[in-house]
Amino acid sequence: MTIQTHADETNGTPEVLTTADGKPLKTSIARALRREKMRALLLIAPLLLFVIITFVAPIVDMLFRSVENQIVSTTLPRTVVELDSWDGTTGEAPGENVFNALHFDMTVAVERKNHTQLGTRLNYEESGISSMFRRTGRRVDDFGEIYADQFIDLNSAWEAPATWVSLMASPDWIAEQAAWVADRDAARANGTAFEQPEPAFAIREGVAEALPRTADIYQAFAEFIQTEDQDSPTEEEPWNAVYTGLHDDLLANPNAASAFSGETATLLSQAANAVSGFEKISLREAFIDADEDWGNPYYWGVIQTFSPSYTSGYFLAAADAELTPQGIQMKPEDEQIYLYLFWRTLLLSVTITFSCLLLGYPIAFLLAALPARSANLLMILVLLPFWTSLLVRTSAWKVLLQQQGVINDFLVWTGLVSDAGRLVMINNQTGTIIAMTHILLPFMILPLYSVMKTISPSYVRAAKSLGATDWTAFWRVYFPQTVPGIGAGAILVFILAIGYYITPELVGGTDGIFISNRIAYHISTSLNWGLAAALGVILLLAVMLLFYVYDKIVGIDNVKLG
Amino acid sequence: MTETKGAAVRYENVQKSYDGETLVVKNLNLDIPPGEFLTMLGPSGSGKTTCLMMLAGFEPATHGEIFLNDRPINNVQPHKRGIGMVFQNYALFPHMSVAENLAFPLQVRGMGKAEQEQKVKRALEMVELGHFGSRRPAQLSGGQQQRVAVARALVFDPELVLMDEPLGALDKQLREQMQYEIKHIHDNIGVSIVYVTHDQTEALTMSDRVAVFNDGVIQQLSRPDVLYENPQNSFVAQFIGENNKLSGTVEAVEGETCTVRLDDGTMLKADAVNIDGVGSRTTISLRPERVEFDTHETMDNLVSGQIEEMIYLGDHIRVRMNVAGNNEFVVKVRNRGEKRDLKTGQTVEIGWAAGDCKALDAVA
Ligand SMILES: Nc1ncnc2c1ncn2[C@@H]1O[C@H](COP(=O)(O)OP(=O)(O)O)[C@@H](O)[C@H]1O
Ligand SMILES: [Mg+2]
Repeated sequence: MTIQTHADETNGTPEVLTTADGKPLKTSIARALRREKMRALLLIAPLLLFVIITFVAPIVDMLFRSVENQIVSTTLPRTVVELDSWDGTTGEAPGENVFNALHFDMTVAVERKNHTQLGTRLNYEESGISSMFRRTGRRVDDFGEIYADQFIDLNSAWEAPATWVSLMASPDWIAEQAAWVADRDAARANGTAFEQPEPAFAIREGVAEALPRTADIYQAFAEFIQTEDQDSPTEEEPWNAVYTGLHDDLLANPNAASAFSGETATLLSQAANAVSGFEKISLREAFIDADEDWGNPYYWGVIQTFSPSYTSGYFLAAADAELTPQGIQMKPEDEQIYLYLFWRTLLLSVTITFSCLLLGYPIAFLLAALPARSANLLMILVLLPFWTSLLVRTSAWKVLLQQQGVINDFLVWTGLVSDAGRLVMINNQTGTIIAMTHILLPFMILPLYSVMKTISPSYVRAAKSLGATDWTAFWRVYFPQTVPGIGAGAILVFILAIGYYITPELVGGTDGIFISNRIAYHISTSLNWGLAAALGVILLLAVMLLFYVYDKIVGIDNVKLG
Repeated sequence: MTETKGAAVRYENVQKSYDGETLVVKNLNLDIPPGEFLTMLGPSGSGKTTCLMMLAGFEPATHGEIFLNDRPINNVQPHKRGIGMVFQNYALFPHMSVAENLAFPLQVRGMGKAEQEQKVKRALEMVELGHFGSRRPAQLSGGQQQRVAVARALVFDPELVLMDEPLGALDKQLREQMQYEIKHIHDNIGVSIVYVTHDQTEALTMSDRVAVFNDGVIQQLSRPDVLYENPQNSFVAQFIGENNKLSGTVEAVEGETCTVRLDDGTMLKADAVNIDGVGSRTTISLRPERVEFDTHETMDNLVSGQIEEMIYLGDHIRVRMNVAGNNEFVVKVRNRGEKRDLKTGQTVEIGWAAGDCKALDAVA
């Protein structure tokens, strides 16, 4: 820098410094450093990879799951589109168009057996929806039966899969499929293996315009038959919903036959002439008949609210609020649990941190003041808990604290409490606080000790020689110098405590559990991963916020671990 | 700073043992009059700090009694002794500013805010750090920290200030400057100071009296000049200043002087300071600057020796010689600018007065 300025002054052009072989100095340095960096990177690569796979990736996945909501739009694609234009404020359930779409969606979903998953998902938002889907799922195939019967009565050709293939499939596909069948039969005759799948179904040109609904549902049918059933549309009678689609299309477009030719055109125009005389069914009523809640606009509101692929619903639920068709609202008083649980987790963590500080400070002080030999022995005692399994230690507290346990027995024996008045010290907050304070104590003592060890005894001596009593010397001179250790210990214990799971689970009962126990519940029992993820994200953010506040107040530079 | 009279200190038969097996301080008797600057000088581990800590109240005396202004203080808590103290590492409270450090002893004494501020200001001015009140100790140089430590020990007007190797961490130049500053402060305010050091120049420069410690025992307690001129034993002679040692046997004692036969047969006259009588072993101590090359017949002691090495040191020339079998014999020749014919390997005659060499206890 200075050299360049100097060059500027003398001849106006900055002089580029070069190495002996004429390359610019900066390039050479950069190259030399790059090699160093690459080597350093190689050294940390295994750990970096490990951390990314086992730590960063799950967290990113969790963040994603807490807002992800694609199940509604993938399971009910047609309904979601139709429902978009429905105005929930009218107080009316949606019209026939939505139920027509729902009929198709449900038919596909039931065949794929994923309508119950959707029911479970929506049940998180409004209980009762799950049973709607389950009950309707059993009946939805029957809805279109009336049309299927009438088509077949009209002409038994409608029963034949081949009729439908010649109507719907592209001539190319028909040819390809025939060739495939020939190959397969030849292979069978030779006894050789034939692994090739049937060519993927392709729709005939123009059908989508002439018979849009039929094309839509028949394509879904063909794809399902081919991929899920490993079968061929040439051999399967279509779903009743396909007949429903054809009925609707012919009613809407009686000239549909003009798009076809030959036998199929004849068949189609015959049907087109007949459909207006068919016995009709209202799908809306059929659904409401299957489960009356389909007529309730409230449930439709829930479905509409959770149609988008991304939702704030999980986060709102984690904050005891809910997304209703009327906007964000708090849940009723008696259903609110998470805010309280967060608050309790925070409160218990603070309590545990303080208990650890209260118990750990004198121990750390003793450790730092004792001569080396006794200090080492004491240090081993402090570290002893690390050598025993966490589960064993927690269980030991169960043995000690329970009502028929060692401590109560002793108290009764000494007569301090009566046999009837045995203390309840486990399966409540007391149990959680006692057991977790014990488990986290070393994390408070170690940073405190390492800070105290560096404080020369001459400070306290100086204070006393200046006239301070023991207490003043401690409080005004010694204690302030241990604050970095307190900071480090407190932050360590607090962050460990706030996410603790196993100990509260074992000794916390119902009112001593933490938010993490609830997260575990949603992960493993209720399988509401979205909510678990949202709770986890909130916990993470809360810790980060506290960390930030702590940094502002205490200053993270003031934290010493040793 | 108001004119305070210093306190009197008296150690009476004080002993101290940490482990119950060895005495670190052996029967110490020491009387310090008010206002004196007394230095405890001795090699590391000789028990100086222990003596100071017993006086400050941080270590109990195993036996004996310590008096402060004729009041026994063995059972007085340290903070009630009213003794200022300067530690080797200064022990400035790192979490307080300089002014807060100085105000601390005033605060704990419940002094009013205004008076505190005035005293702190005056103390800072005394050590010429008037503008540094708001700084943290870590933002000061070593010398400045040192001055703050001194100011803090004096700000509450103690009658006695203890200093334990306070200049040990400073470089040579700063150390010398601080020596004078501390000395001036002492002269100005008349406080008693007990000062601990292992640096003999420091002790000689600053003190009214010096107590030379070795092995838990005071070897000699004298004014600095007496200590240098009239060491009472070989340890003191050796420890204070540079010294030539010549071992021999006492041949005869004539009043204040004696005749000593060195191991190679040379006979010397010396002051009889610390000998057991005729026939006993003795060590003669002789300062290098007292030896003359310009010898004349009337000198008490005349010997010849071979020059082994000459080192030019500016103000003087250091000549190492082999005299009476001792090839560590050093002579300092003042550089007066005159030409002198001294060469390495040359054998020359040297001489000195009987009063310049002392016959002391024998060293092994
Ligand atoms: N707190 C202590 N516990 C045990 N022995 C000590 C303690 N302090 C000093 N000693 C021992 O006492 C002797 C004198 O120490 P000290 O008074 O510090 O000497 P000095 O200050 O002259 O260097 C040394 O041998 C030292 O090892
Ligand atoms: Mg010492």
